[in-house]
Amino acid sequence: MRRLIACLIAPVVLVFPALGAEKITTFTLDNGLEAVVLEDHRAPVVVHMLWYKAGAADEAPGVSGIAHFLEHLLFKATDKLEAGEFSAVVEANGGSDNAFTSWDYTAYYQRIAADRLDLMMGMEADRMRNIRLTAEDVETERKVILEERAQRTDSDPGALFGEQRNAAQYLNHPYGRPIIGWRHEAAKLSREDALGFYRKYYAPNAAVLIVAGDVDPAEVEALAKKHYGPLEPTVGLEARVRPEEPPQRAERRIVYEDPQAAQPYVIRSYMAPERDAGDQKTAAALTLLAKILGGPGQTSVLGRALQFESNKAVYTSAFYSGMNYDDTTFGVFIVPAPGLSLQQGEDEMDAVIAKFLEDGVDAEHLARVKSQIRASLIYGQDDVASLGREYGAALTSGLTVEDVQQWPAVLDAVTEEDIMQAARLVLDRKKAVTGWFRKPSAEEVSQ
Amino acid sequence: MIRVVLATCLALITFPAAAIDIKEVTSPGGIKAWLVEETSIPFTALEIRFKGGASLDAEGKRGAAYLMSGLLDEGAGDLTSTEFALAAEELAFKYDFDASSDSFSVSAQFLTENRDASLELLRKALNEPRFDQDAVDRVRAQVLSIIASDSEDPNDIAGKTFASLAYGDHPYATKLEGTAESVTMLTRDDLIASHKSLLTRDRVYVGAVGDISAEELGVILDELLGALPETGPDLPGPAPFLLSGGETVVPYNTPQSVAIFGHAGIERTDPDFFAAYVMNQVLGSGGFGSRLMDEVREKRGLTYGVYSYLVLREHVNLVMGQVSSSNDSVAEAISVIRDEWAKMADEGVTEEELETAKTYLTGAYPLRFDGNARIANILASMQFDDLPIDYIDSRNSQVEAVTLEDIKRVSKRLLKPENLHFVVVGKPTGLDASN
Repeated sequence: MRRLIACLIAPVVLVFPALGAEKITTFTLDNGLEAVVLEDHRAPVVVHMLWYKAGAADEAPGVSGIAHFLEHLLFKATDKLEAGEFSAVVEANGGSDNAFTSWDYTAYYQRIAADRLDLMMGMEADRMRNIRLTAEDVETERKVILEERAQRTDSDPGALFGEQRNAAQYLNHPYGRPIIGWRHEAAKLSREDALGFYRKYYAPNAAVLIVAGDVDPAEVEALAKKHYGPLEPTVGLEARVRPEEPPQRAERRIVYEDPQAAQPYVIRSYMAPERDAGDQKTAAALTLLAKILGGPGQTSVLGRALQFESNKAVYTSAFYSGMNYDDTTFGVFIVPAPGLSLQQGEDEMDAVIAKFLEDGVDAEHLARVKSQIRASLIYGQDDVASLGREYGAALTSGLTVEDVQQWPAVLDAVTEEDIMQAARLVLDRKKAVTGWFRKPSAEEVSQ
Repeated sequence: MIRVVLATCLALITFPAAAIDIKEVTSPGGIKAWLVEETSIPFTALEIRFKGGASLDAEGKRGAAYLMSGLLDEGAGDLTSTEFALAAEELAFKYDFDASSDSFSVSAQFLTENRDASLELLRKALNEPRFDQDAVDRVRAQVLSIIASDSEDPNDIAGKTFASLAYGDHPYATKLEGTAESVTMLTRDDLIASHKSLLTRDRVYVGAVGDISAEELGVILDELLGALPETGPDLPGPAPFLLSGGETVVPYNTPQSVAIFGHAGIERTDPDFFAAYVMNQVLGSGGFGSRLMDEVREKRGLTYGVYSYLVLREHVNLVMGQVSSSNDSVAEAISVIRDEWAKMADEGVTEEELETAKTYLTGAYPLRFDGNARIANILASMQFDDLPIDYIDSRNSQVEAVTLEDIKRVSKRLLKPENLHFVVVGKPTGLDASN
C-alpha cells in the first residue's frame, strides 16, 4: 500500500545522523576542499562521493539543464581517460558508480571494495579539472538527456504537473526551473555552456568530499592530499546569492488537465523556511509538523480525520524537507474519496487544517513521533552510505557538520508550541500554490 | 596511464569473500531459519517469505492476495487498525507486508529493547487479522486508486500487454493487483481464504540478521508461525509462453515509446546458467560497458536506458529487456537491439569482455552484504531459491569457471533474435501496428 505515495509524490524520508562523534572525522585541504569521513567497519566496502556546491539553481537564465547536462558529460573523456572509461574502470574493479543533480548540488559517487579508494580518488580528481569534450560526444549526449526528459517528464502527466506547480511557486528564484531543463533550452545546450559552468564550479573550493565505509580517516586524508591537494581552486568564486522571491501577494492556483490523469488529486505547497546554519529550530518544528499532520494514515491528523473518522479521502499526506540552500516548501496532499470533487476534497482538507490550528498538537502523538526519531538513530547506523548522502547534501546546502550532528537534538527539543507557531507561520493559502490534477473537465463531470 | 594501472590491478585482484557466518536454526516446533548474529547495533532485521503469493489467487478472485496483504495491520486480534498503528509507532517497530507474483513477504525491523512487544504485534497481524468491513472498504479504495493510476502508465501498459499475450490462462497473465472489476467484487470471506492459503508453514523461508541469538530466534519462530496452517493449495504449475517473434504496438498518446521485449529463458539449475548470467552482463546489464547501452545510448543517443535481464520466476524463465525511445527513433532502437541479439548469438563475447564481466560480478558480490536488512533479505531469497547454505562461498568460483566456449554455447542456444517479441506502447513511426 505504500506504493500510492511513490506514484503521486515523493515520500517523506527522514534520515538522521546517527554515528557517535568518534566515527566522524573532518578535514579541509589548503585549496578549500572540505571532507567528511564516516567509518563503518562491518563490511569491506567504501562509498566515495564528491559533491559540488553547484546545481540547477546556480545556472544562468536561458541555459536551464546545464548543470545536469554537465553531469552526463563528466563520464566522457579527460586527459587521461577515454569517453566511458571512468565507469569501465569502476566496473572492472567490481564497483558501481553514478551521479545525480539537484537544485543545490551535483554529486558523483562510486561504491566499491574499500581497498580501491586510491584509484577512485585519482580518477575523480582527474575529472574535476581535466575533461576533454568533443563536439560529437556533446551532440550524442544531448540526445540522451532529451530522451531522459521524455522518459521522466514528458511522458508522465504527474511530472509535468509538478514542473508547472514548481514554476508557479517561484516567480523569481531559479528553483522554479526544472533540474533537467525546459525542453527548448535543453535542446540548445552547447559545449561552451557546459565548459563555462564546469570551469567555474568544478573546483576544490566548491567541492565536498564524503568517504563512508571501511576506511581509516588518516589514510583518507593522505589520499585526498595526494589526489585532490594539487588541484587549483577557482579564484574569485563569489558567494552563492540567487535572486530572491518577492513577497507573495496573491494565492496561486493551477488546474492541470490531461486525458491520462487517471487519479485526480489536490496538492498544495506553502513557501516555508529551510534549515539554516546555526538556526534549525523552525525547520525542525516543520519537520515534525509534517509527520503529525500527514504521517501514516491511521495516526496522522489528516489521515485520522479524512480516512478513518470519515471516508472523505483515499489517501492524504504532508511533506517537508528543510535541506535546501534557499526557501523551500511545506506540502499537503489529498486524493479525495470516489464521488467527491476536487473542490470538496480541498475544502475537507482545509477544514481539518483549520481545526488543527485551533486544537493544537496532541502531546502523546508528539511523544510517539519523537520516540521514532530516537529509534532512527539506531536503525540509521545500518546504512552508512545514506548518512554520507545526508552530510553531502547538508554541506552543499549551506549547513555545517555541527548542524547535522545537532539536528536530532534540535528535533527532540521541539515543543508543542513550537510546532503550532511554525504551523501558523506557514499554513497560509495566500502564500502557497494549490494544484488540481484531473482529466479534462468534461470527463471529470461524466465520471 | 590509467590503462597500465588497470592492467596491474586486474592481475592482483583477490576479492575478499563476504565474511558472513550463517547458522541454520530449527525452532523447538520444527521451523527452520537462517541466522546471522550481528550484535553491534541493538536491532534485528527479520525477513519471512511464503512461496505462492498472488499466484494462489483463486479463480475469479484476482487481487485477493494483494488486498489481503494491505489489511494485515488494519486491525488484528484485540486491536483496531488505529490501535495497531499507535502501538507500532510507540515501539518504533518497522514492518512491511508485500504480495508479489510468487511470494508473500514480511520485512520487519525491531529494536532489541522493544523486541517482545514488537513481535507480539507481528504475531497478531500474521495470525489474527480481523478484516473488518470498514478496513476492507478503505484499503480497497486505495487499491482501486493504484489500479486507475497504473492504467495510464505506459510502462505498466507494456508489461500488462506482454503478460496477457505470453501466459495464456496462467495467473501470470494478469496483474496481481487485479482489475477494478475483480477487486470491487472481493468479499471479506475471499480475504480470509487468501490469508489461509498463502501463510502456511510448509512454504515459509526465514532470514534473521542482528542482535538476536539462535535460541531466542527459535522461540520467536514458534510464536510467530507455529499456529499457521500446515499447508495450502497447490501452486499453479508451469506457465506457457505463447509469444513468437514480432512486434505488438499498443497505440498510446505519448511523445516517447516504451518497449518491453523477451523470449524463452534458462533454468537456474541449468549447467549453463552461470554462463548465461555472465553473457547477459556483457549484453545488457545496463552498465556503460554493456553492448546494448553502448550501441543504443552511447553511440546513437537513442535512449536514456536500455537493459536485458534473465527473468527467473517460479513457473517460467525468460530473457527480457526494455527500452524507451522517442516515437520517431524507437524503430531504430529495436533494430539495433535485434542486431546485437544476433551478434551475441553468433559470436559470443570477447576474451576482454569476459574478463571484465567476471571481475565486475565477483567484485560486486561481496558489496551486497552491507546491512542487516539487506542480508536478511538475501538469506530468505537463498532458501526460497533452494540454494545451499554455503552458496555465498562458492558463487564467485562458479562465475570464474565460465569460459568463452561456455558463453558461445549458451548464447547460441538461448538468444533467438527471430523469437524476440517487442510490445511497444506509444505512437511509434516505422513499426507495423500489429503482428
